[in-house]
Amino acid sequence: MTTTLDRTTLKEFIARRVARELRDGDFVNLGIGLPTLVPQFLPADVHVTLQAEVGMVGAGSCPEVDPDPRYVVDAGGKPASIRLGGAFIDSVTSFTLIRGGHVDATVLGALQVDAAGNLANWIIPGRMVPGMGGAMDLVVGAKRVIVAMEHTQRGEPKILPTCTLPLTAVHCVDLIVTEMGVIQVGPDGLELLEINPELTVADVQAATAAPLAVSPSLVAMV
Amino acid sequence: MSKLIHMAEAVAKITDGMTIMVGGFMGCGNAHHLVQAIIDAGRTDLTLIANDAAMPGYGIAKLVEQRRLRKLITSHVGLNPQVGIQMNAGDLEVELVPQGTLVERIRSGGAGLGGVLTPTGLGTPVADGKSVVTVEGRDYLLEKPLRADVALVNGYRVDPFGNVWYRGDARNFNPVMATAADLVIVEADHLVELGDIPPEDVVTPGVFVDYIVAGGDLQ
Repeated sequence: MTTTLDRTTLKEFIARRVARELRDGDFVNLGIGLPTLVPQFLPADVHVTLQAEVGMVGAGSCPEVDPDPRYVVDAGGKPASIRLGGAFIDSVTSFTLIRGGHVDATVLGALQVDAAGNLANWIIPGRMVPGMGGAMDLVVGAKRVIVAMEHTQRGEPKILPTCTLPLTAVHCVDLIVTEMGVIQVGPDGLELLEINPELTVADVQAATAAPLAVSPSLVAMV
Repeated sequence: MSKLIHMAEAVAKITDGMTIMVGGFMGCGNAHHLVQAIIDAGRTDLTLIANDAAMPGYGIAKLVEQRRLRKLITSHVGLNPQVGIQMNAGDLEVELVPQGTLVERIRSGGAGLGGVLTPTGLGTPVADGKSVVTVEGRDYLLEKPLRADVALVNGYRVDPFGNVWYRGDARNFNPVMATAADLVIVEADHLVELGDIPPEDVVTPGVFVDYIVAGGDLQ
């Protein structure tokens, strides 16, 4: 079986759990879509600095710094703003931060993830060719790569023994957070650390094509 | 001596078949007036190096929509559906480059380097046909430099010498592209006097800049 969550609630459930992975003071890059929901679930005593590929350190809400939407956009090209104390940087510096190991964590979606921590999220040959943007650099350079996604795509597993789509990077994913559970990628494969209390381990395994080891300290995902 | 020229003079320096770099990120920081002037003048068969293909009707997206490109070297085309259509029809060649690799290839081109070694793209289709170099036990892809015939840069404040100050994150690829072309044309949102940009605040020094055109407020 699957969860009873509707799409909106499900995304918030995932984002809320991802928020608990971030530490006060972290420098974080969030991918488009679901990951952008994460900051609203951060505890009041956890402050993170957001990086945006386009050239912002300290992206966030403070519209009075530059209210003209033509000059400040986010990674998706939408009007954005920067926090007091933030910095606008050029693309060389932006990717020095990203590739150079200065970003503590990146949270992004995936088309497929596999048991070796390989990630595919930039192309479906013949169907969807958006390009990789900054994703390949982010997952190679960030200290921690967290995949936040729905567990399946129209009922088909996205967590596989081996990715079948062209890769974004090899051995890069550290943690997978879905509506069904929290899965850690280790040298021996995937380990289920937390499980949605609505589900059994058998439910999660049935929706996961790669074998899952179950953590001896498995807890409910909240 | 001022580097300021009329838009028509600038466009006359760009000819069919050239490779152009245009700064910007999803249209933010494109040299909008120069791009429009190139289109109006009928320039075509261009190779465009840019971070992305912008969004329908905005900035460099128009170069795709008006079918003025032979080739596009870029990191992301997902927000401009025309690219996929022309690519699938065989009308437009697209070379997809990771964004951090694209910026370093341009930096190499402008900095006199023979390329850059990056871990980005290893084990992916990006690595196809490229040399892998091992340095201190770690593998890297050799990515070669990129240069253009002309770079079109958009600055917010530009003085007569070509010193540029950028506003917001319209900065993005503009400063690095100003280093990597045979001819660099800056479109100024605002023309200012020498000294109006304090030396400490100059982002692109005017020595990189050949010509300036007045852009004025964006549409």
